[in-house]
Amino acid sequence: MSTDSRSKTTGLHLFLAWVFVGVPLAWGLYQTVLKAAPIFS
Amino acid sequence: MFGFLDRQRTVAGPGFSRWMIPPAALCIHLCIGQVYALSVFNLPMTKLVGITESAPSDWLLTEIGWMYTLAIVFLGLSAAFFGRWVEEGGPRRAMFTAGMFWSSGFLVSALGVYLHNIWLVYLGYGVLGGIGLGLGYISPVSTLIKWFPDRPGMATGMAIMGFGGGAFLASPLSVWLMDVFRSDTDVGVIGAFVGLGCIYFVFAMVGATIVRVPAEGWKPEGWQPPVTPKKLTTTANVHVDVAWKTPQFWCIWVVLCMNVTAGIGVLGQASVMSQEMFGLTVAAGAGFVGVLSLSNMLGRIFWASLSDVIGRKNTYFCFFLIGIALYSLVPSTGAIGSVLLFVVCSAVILTMYGGGFATVPAYLKDMFGTKYVGAIHGRLLTAWAVAGVLGPVLVNYIRQYQIDSGIPPAQAYNTTMYIMAGLLVVGLIANSLIKPVDPKHHLAEES
Repeated sequence: MSTDSRSKTTGLHLFLAWVFVGVPLAWGLYQTVLKAAPIFS
Repeated sequence: MFGFLDRQRTVAGPGFSRWMIPPAALCIHLCIGQVYALSVFNLPMTKLVGITESAPSDWLLTEIGWMYTLAIVFLGLSAAFFGRWVEEGGPRRAMFTAGMFWSSGFLVSALGVYLHNIWLVYLGYGVLGGIGLGLGYISPVSTLIKWFPDRPGMATGMAIMGFGGGAFLASPLSVWLMDVFRSDTDVGVIGAFVGLGCIYFVFAMVGATIVRVPAEGWKPEGWQPPVTPKKLTTTANVHVDVAWKTPQFWCIWVVLCMNVTAGIGVLGQASVMSQEMFGLTVAAGAGFVGVLSLSNMLGRIFWASLSDVIGRKNTYFCFFLIGIALYSLVPSTGAIGSVLLFVVCSAVILTMYGGGFATVPAYLKDMFGTKYVGAIHGRLLTAWAVAGVLGPVLVNYIRQYQIDSGIPPAQAYNTTMYIMAGLLVVGLIANSLIKPVDPKHHLAEES
């Protein structure tokens, strides 16, 4: 079975990958917290 | 042409970090989690012709509701029928295909809205999108389990948490896109569908590009498989065609179905229930739904991670025992008028609803091994399809029956809550019946 020799991961790769999914997720989370706020007021 | 999708081409070389896999999985799950937020299109899609209000030729809410139902049915069917194809072809091919189906589903639906042809919308979102949902949901599961043999619950929990998070993202994004494309002659649905289709295509392709499978025999640095595996954790593999004939599969099927039915019953009626039981405003009711969505998402990562420590069977025992107590308590919160207690009970229930989804892949891995876990998981998702019908039907019909019998709306949910607790008793019994798989079912080369 051949392996992908180009797949060595750098810190930048990891950072970009997590930012790519983390930022939209955090934005959605923030919007939901805003929406949930009226229940506590 | 599509050789780069082959499993052989996705085998990771030395130096590849397994922490690239959760973002890859999240890429696809954040896309398909949109299905939970489909309802933001309900109202605009009833005004496609009339724009400001529904015209006689506009679609009815009941017609639009079929989009979601069809998508969930095709999710279950595609996960069940294509699970083995997903497992054998590898995660890149599966994620690529899921992304193509999911995105093209939006584009075909946009065409259906443009031509005002509801059947084209059903074909797009319901059939094509539903197939994308099923393939996308199971595509990263076995890959995550293989990369994280030391923490399979946490790994799959992270991805399946993304499915819950996808709704958070899709709801405000859809509203924003409709605002962008809205005009005096257009409610903005076509533009929003095309926009979502393009955005999700990019996300799915990024996920498919970065995903890798570990090389044969790879294991995390410094990690050794336990010398004496836990009682309910096998080191052998069971073929998917054999696994679904074992009592263990059907016990886990019942466990998932009961847990999901009870959770969906609350989730689907949360806003109305809070307003009828406590007289909350519509805004506060929407806020309550937001709290439940957050609980649903956070429960996925919390319970799945905890299951790595206390075991899957014990985790489900927690779901059922705590669930039975909380469902039985909900009518009392209405009787004493405690909104806070009601919100807390419902929120904890929803963490266990999400936790049930997120923990089940690791439960299957423990029982049947890693080799066909994705395909077995696909077949198990038929329990979700059944629960998706059973939960809302139970809550809606029993509530209506209670109201027709003269019971005030504020108390109309009491019987439902006790029935949900009863369903959890069934789940508790099924969970207690789960024993290790008979070694005669293990794959020959593994035993």
